[in-house]
Amino acid sequence: MTLAAAGPGFLSPTGVEIAFLLVGIATLGAALVAVTTKQLVHAALWLVVALGGLAVEYLLLTAEFIAWVQVLIYVGSVVVLLLFGLMLTKAPIGRSPDADSGNRWAALAVAVASAAALVWVVVDAFRTTWIDLDGVVQGSTKVSGQYLFRHWVLPFEALSVLLLAALVGAIVLSRHKDGRAGAAGPADPAGPADPAGPAGPAGSAGGSDSRQNGAR
Amino acid sequence: MHLAYPAVLAVLLFCVGLYGVLARRNAILVLISVELMLNAVNLNLVAFDVWLRDELHAGQALTLFTIAIAAAEIGIGLAIVLLVYRNGGTADVDKLRDLSERADAPKGAAGSDEQDEQDEKAEAAA
Repeated sequence: MTLAAAGPGFLSPTGVEIAFLLVGIATLGAALVAVTTKQLVHAALWLVVALGGLAVEYLLLTAEFIAWVQVLIYVGSVVVLLLFGLMLTKAPIGRSPDADSGNRWAALAVAVASAAALVWVVVDAFRTTWIDLDGVVQGSTKVSGQYLFRHWVLPFEALSVLLLAALVGAIVLSRHKDGRAGAAGPADPAGPADPAGPAGPAGSAGGSDSRQNGAR
Repeated sequence: MHLAYPAVLAVLLFCVGLYGVLARRNAILVLISVELMLNAVNLNLVAFDVWLRDELHAGQALTLFTIAIAAAEIGIGLAIVLLVYRNGGTADVDKLRDLSERADAPKGAAGSDEQDEQDEKAEAAA
């Protein structure tokens, strides 16, 4: 953290800043296409470009471990899940003219207004602030493991329980109902959730182990 | 590096995601936009963590937790979207008006409420 007097000038960007700017423009463009394209599958594929660009930005900010976690989890699994979701809801392959709802102009106005306000506030607040990227490594896998398992162990384990609960919940929600549901159809999702509740804490030890294995 | 670069990029990504959430009709495209917003927050967390040089590295730890929670969220969200699609035959958020209070809401709303109450009573009794 340096003050304006000691910091580098505005008009002499460093190489890291230029790279950050270029990758940021590509990321922003991919995100824009992802939210405006009429082809549903292309939206998910442009999301891959945006998330990959963000991983490069993490690398430029020396957060190396987070960059690879981003590639693994977002690009690797979340986008695949989204593509599966698009296919299971029978999304049309070609252009679908009703991809945007009628209030897109109101949405555009809200987004532009909030972007203008936030950019103004952020630029005004951090005009004289520089990040010092040199010096001690801050985001390598070694450093990440140290702070994660030295200071953040309890939230980490709680997160594994949450992931297990989400897993059980997703299975319960997406399970096909068999014929015995009968007249109790609307109340059926509440039924299987009851046995799943006690199973959550009981199975948390095994779940956290598998979560950690998955995280590595 | 100037802190304004990542901060402004995060703001713009967040607003792109905001536009997508408000303007998209397909529920899965709304989920894509939510992912963009979450990633904008992650970028902010990483940038400010690198700037502050926190001993605990709270920003990077919170980024990892946010990524994991986003994975859980996308799983649950897609399960709900698939359930809605299977029950209603559509994944358009514009057509999901079961909880609407408009006058053009289906007339069976009150009846289904009573049915739900009866179901709950039956469940409590059982």
